[in-house]
Amino acid sequence: MTTSSRSSGPAAGDVLVLVGTTKGAFIFSSDKSRRKWNVDGPHFPGEAVYSIAYDSRGGRTRTLVGAHSNHWGSTIRLSDDFGRSWTGPERQAVRFPESSGLSLAQVWQITPGHADEPDVVWCGVEPAALFESRDAGASWAPVEGLLNHEHRPKWMPGGGGLCLHTIVTDPKDKKRMAIAISTAGFYRTDDGGKSWRPRNNGVRAVFLPNKYPEFGQCVHKVVNHPSRPERLFLQNHWGLYRSDDWGESWQDIANGVPSDFGFAMQMHPHDPDTVYIVPIQSDEFRVVPEGKLRVYRTRDAGNSWEPLAAGLPQDQAFENVLRDGLTADSHDPAGIYFGTRGGKLFGSADAGESWQELADALPPICCVKAAVVA
Amino acid sequence: MAISVIVPNALTPYSRGVGTLVVTEPVATVGDALAAVAARLPALTDRVLTEQGEIRRHVNVFVGEESVKFLDGLSTPVTDGTTITIVPAVSGG
Repeated sequence: MTTSSRSSGPAAGDVLVLVGTTKGAFIFSSDKSRRKWNVDGPHFPGEAVYSIAYDSRGGRTRTLVGAHSNHWGSTIRLSDDFGRSWTGPERQAVRFPESSGLSLAQVWQITPGHADEPDVVWCGVEPAALFESRDAGASWAPVEGLLNHEHRPKWMPGGGGLCLHTIVTDPKDKKRMAIAISTAGFYRTDDGGKSWRPRNNGVRAVFLPNKYPEFGQCVHKVVNHPSRPERLFLQNHWGLYRSDDWGESWQDIANGVPSDFGFAMQMHPHDPDTVYIVPIQSDEFRVVPEGKLRVYRTRDAGNSWEPLAAGLPQDQAFENVLRDGLTADSHDPAGIYFGTRGGKLFGSADAGESWQELADALPPICCVKAAVVA
Repeated sequence: MAISVIVPNALTPYSRGVGTLVVTEPVATVGDALAAVAARLPALTDRVLTEQGEIRRHVNVFVGEESVKFLDGLSTPVTDGTTITIVPAVSGG
C-alpha cells in the first residue's frame, strides 16, 4: 500500500507526533520551535490504529503502525520515509502458532528494543501475548515463556479485551523487561523472556474479592526513565503507584490528584522524577473530573502533583485520554502531547506549562507517540 | 471440476488483481476450496481466515446465495459449478 501527500520530509531536529485513531493514522511534524505543524493523513483510512512507534536505531527512520481492519485483521506496516510509502507483509506477520488455539485480534503496543540490538522490536497484542522481531519489524515470533505461562487460563479480559498493552525495558540489562496486561497485572522477566513472574505487591484490584492478589490487577500503564529504570510509575484501574525496586513492591502516590483512576502516563524525557498523567473521574464515568481538561504533573516522583491547564478547555470538556494517548518528545524544554477520545490533539512546547490545540476534529484518538528526527 | 471464488475488491491486491478465481482441483467443501486458494494465494486467505483456520468474525462466505454460517460452515459441500463469494460483513462504527 502506498499513501503520499508531503512533498518534502522532516529534517534532523524536527519533531514527529504520530497519531493513531479509530479511522487511520496521522503524522504531525514541526521544526524544533513546535509552533507550526504540518499534518499528513489519514494513512490506512478506515482502519483502527491502536499502536504506533518510531524507530531511529541503526540509522533508520522507521515508522511502525499496527493497523486493524474490522474485516481483514491486523497488520504491522512499516514506512522508512515518514509515511510517503508503506510496506506491509504479504502474509500476516504476527501470527499465533496453531497449537496455541489463539488468533490475533489487535496489536496494542510496538516498542523498539535496546540501542545495541537495533533490529529487535517488541509488540504486545490481544489476546495477551508478546512477540519479538529480530529484523526491525518485518517478521515476528511469539515469546514462548509468556505464551505458555501457567497463569494464562486465569487471566481475564478487561473492557478493551485481554490485551498486552505495555512493554517496559531496562537499558542497563537486556535480559530484564516487563509487561502489563489487562487484566492480569504486571509481569517481569530477568532471563530474556524465558520466565515471567507477577510483581503486583501493593497494587489494588478493586473488582476482585481479594483486593491484593498475586496477579489479576487491571494495570493501565507503566513507565520508567532510562537513567533510573528500576523506578517505575504505574497508573492502575484505580490507583497510582511507584516502585523503586523494579516492581518488587509498590507505594501509593495519589497525593493531591482529583482521581487516581486514569489510563495515560508519560515520563519526562530528561527527569526521572517528573511524570505526567491525565486523571479520569471514575470507572463508571470515564471523563476528566469537573469537565476540566487537565494534565497533572509530579516533579518529585509522586510526592505531590500539580494541574497543568493553561490553554486547555476548562468548561464542559468531557474528554478522555486513553492509555497510549500521552507522549513526550526529547527536546529541551520537552514537548508534551496528548490526544482525546473526542479527536482533539494538544501539544505543549514548554513541558506542559502552556498548551495549544494541534487538531480539533480527528477521529477518536487511540495513541500518540512523539519523536525527534535524528 | 470448476469452483468459482469471487474476491471482494478490497482483497484483489492479494489475488494479483483477479476478481474471480477458479479452483480446478478436486474439492468437496468450502474449506477445501479455500485451502486450494491458500496454496496459491496465502496472503489472500490470511485476510479471510484466522491463523486457526476459522472464518474471520466480520467476513461472510456465501455458497450460491446462502451464507455458510447457516449451512455447515467450512464443511459446507461444494460441487462442480458452485460459486463461493467472499464478502465483508456489514459492520463498523
